Amino acid sequence: MNTKKWLSYPYTIWMGIFVIIPLFIIIYYGFTAEGGGFTLSNISLITDPINLASLWLSLELSLVSTAICLLLAYPLSLILHGMKLKNNSFIIMIFILPMWMNFLLRTLAWQNILEKTGVINTFLKLLHLPALDLINTPGAIIFGMVYNFLPFMILPIYNSLSKISDDYINAARDLGANSLLTFLKVILPLSLPGVVSGITMVFVPSLTTFVISDILGGSKVVLIGNIIEQQFKTVNNWHTGSGLSLVLMVFILFSMAILTKYDKESEGKNIW
Amino acid sequence: MKRITALLLLCSLILTSTGVVTGCSKSNSPKLLVYNWGEYIDPEVEKLFEKETGINVVMSYYEQNEDMYPIIATGSQKYDVVCPSDYMVEKMIGEGLLAKIDYNNIPNIKNIDPSYLKSAEQFDPGNQYSVPYCWGTVGILYNKTMIKEPIDSWGALFDKDFIEKNGYAGDILMINSVRDAFAIALSYLGYSINSTDEAQIDEAKKLLQEQKPLVDAYVVDQVRDKMIGGESPIGVIYSGEAIFTRRENPDLEYVVPKEGSNVWIDGWVIPKNAPNKEYAEKWINFMCDPEIALKNFNYITYSTPNKAARELITDEDIKNSPIAFPGQDVLDRCTTYHYLGEKMDALYIKKWNEVKSVQ
Repeated sequence: MNTKKWLSYPYTIWMGIFVIIPLFIIIYYGFTAEGGGFTLSNISLITDPINLASLWLSLELSLVSTAICLLLAYPLSLILHGMKLKNNSFIIMIFILPMWMNFLLRTLAWQNILEKTGVINTFLKLLHLPALDLINTPGAIIFGMVYNFLPFMILPIYNSLSKISDDYINAARDLGANSLLTFLKVILPLSLPGVVSGITMVFVPSLTTFVISDILGGSKVVLIGNIIEQQFKTVNNWHTGSGLSLVLMVFILFSMAILTKYDKESEGKNIW
Repeated sequence: MKRITALLLLCSLILTSTGVVTGCSKSNSPKLLVYNWGEYIDPEVEKLFEKETGINVVMSYYEQNEDMYPIIATGSQKYDVVCPSDYMVEKMIGEGLLAKIDYNNIPNIKNIDPSYLKSAEQFDPGNQYSVPYCWGTVGILYNKTMIKEPIDSWGALFDKDFIEKNGYAGDILMINSVRDAFAIALSYLGYSINSTDEAQIDEAKKLLQEQKPLVDAYVVDQVRDKMIGGESPIGVIYSGEAIFTRRENPDLEYVVPKEGSNVWIDGWVIPKNAPNKEYAEKWINFMCDPEIALKNFNYITYSTPNKAARELITDEDIKNSPIAFPGQDVLDRCTTYHYLGEKMDALYIKKWNEVKSVQ
């Protein structure tokens, strides 16, 4: 394998230019004041009640949407896997297909569906049912997150399930385990790496999103992502924007550190 | 194999979800880089300019002044001609970002009504840096079939009793723009829309916070569609959009509230680092041509300061429309925005965030 190390060079260079260097730029801005001197005030801005409240709300919403994604994706992946289709990439394709459209377009479409005079409420009206307040609520944002990030949960879980050899399951059966026990003792632990990468891949974008909260929240719900976006775009203060981003990054790194503890086998990493 | 397909799918997923967009311009022919508001010019006008001058127009768009400013200020992308609003012109002049316009190259300036040039001097003394393009007011647009009582006050957005009586609590479309939102609250309270008094701004903030439960969403561009479709009974809108929406839905009524409001002027400016100032001036001159200004007016329905163009309007209703060309009484109670300095900008935004983060 080592002989093909050079194959990774383009990727390493790419990472260097587009990930590592920008990261250092953010760190630089995060720890400096307008004039250029060192300061911690950008970081400590997170303790401002407004920023703290929006960070808290972001954590809350992204945890809920990650949990919902997990609850939806795991059974689904099991079913997909259980189908044992010859051409199961076709099934996955069906799940991915909506994702071939731009993310913004899809979210805007949901705006039209959830609106007061949108598809759902028009339908309810036809049935003489009271209209629902769907749009511009935290619920709508959670919905948007789940909708957009669900495939990121399904794919790694499905992938790790497919890698479990049937021999393990047959062995468990031979030794007298029933389906539930087989699932709990064999399938679940072996699919954990997929679950872990799924959680990270849903939790991280949910925590940092600002587009979904803008479109489905009617700008009434302010997440930490919106605050940071505003610092860069409207206030034009890159220092505070970077400082707050760094705080957010700490949360992300922290959650990933916890998760990787359960990811010793590093099987799930293949998906990355 | 399975892993590879999964990986490929994942890649395509990431690519589409991040929306990889590439823009490229291939030719070496002369080109003019224009940075403009979205939906703020008749596309045919661009073509006419290209035909007449042989200069290719490359147009980019922004949604609010604050989005445009950092691009010009940092020079991360150079533009020949930009169309900011009054207070932003003032800010950019103050920071030395703009180049003086050579009026020898803009003979069509004679078509611009001197009264607008005079108004523009409030933010650009001597009209050295900007040429007015469009102007308008900020007001309330409401649906007469959904709100029975006539509206003439900003109170329609804040007065709980009035709102509940007319049954539109929770349906207001409030404007998602810091200066405009505060200008409305400050006017209602009887203060200047350019207030720098923290106590006044705080009072306005409280008013906006109390308004929040009555608000459906904070929006800018969506007001138009939601009002035309009859989804929302009331919203805050710019006068130019009001003309368009009323054309589509005659039930709508536009008012500039009696407490006063903002009158704004957007003008063409040339950034100091413009690659091609000569083309930019050609463009500005072209925009001041009466026929062209009329074409733009008919398309975007924002009021034109071009008096020659106004005389060419055939539709008498539009020509004398109180929305497009309000009378002196309306203009007397309207004020332009001024740039209030970085500290005040930050204060306004902080207060705005406090409004937004109320649950």
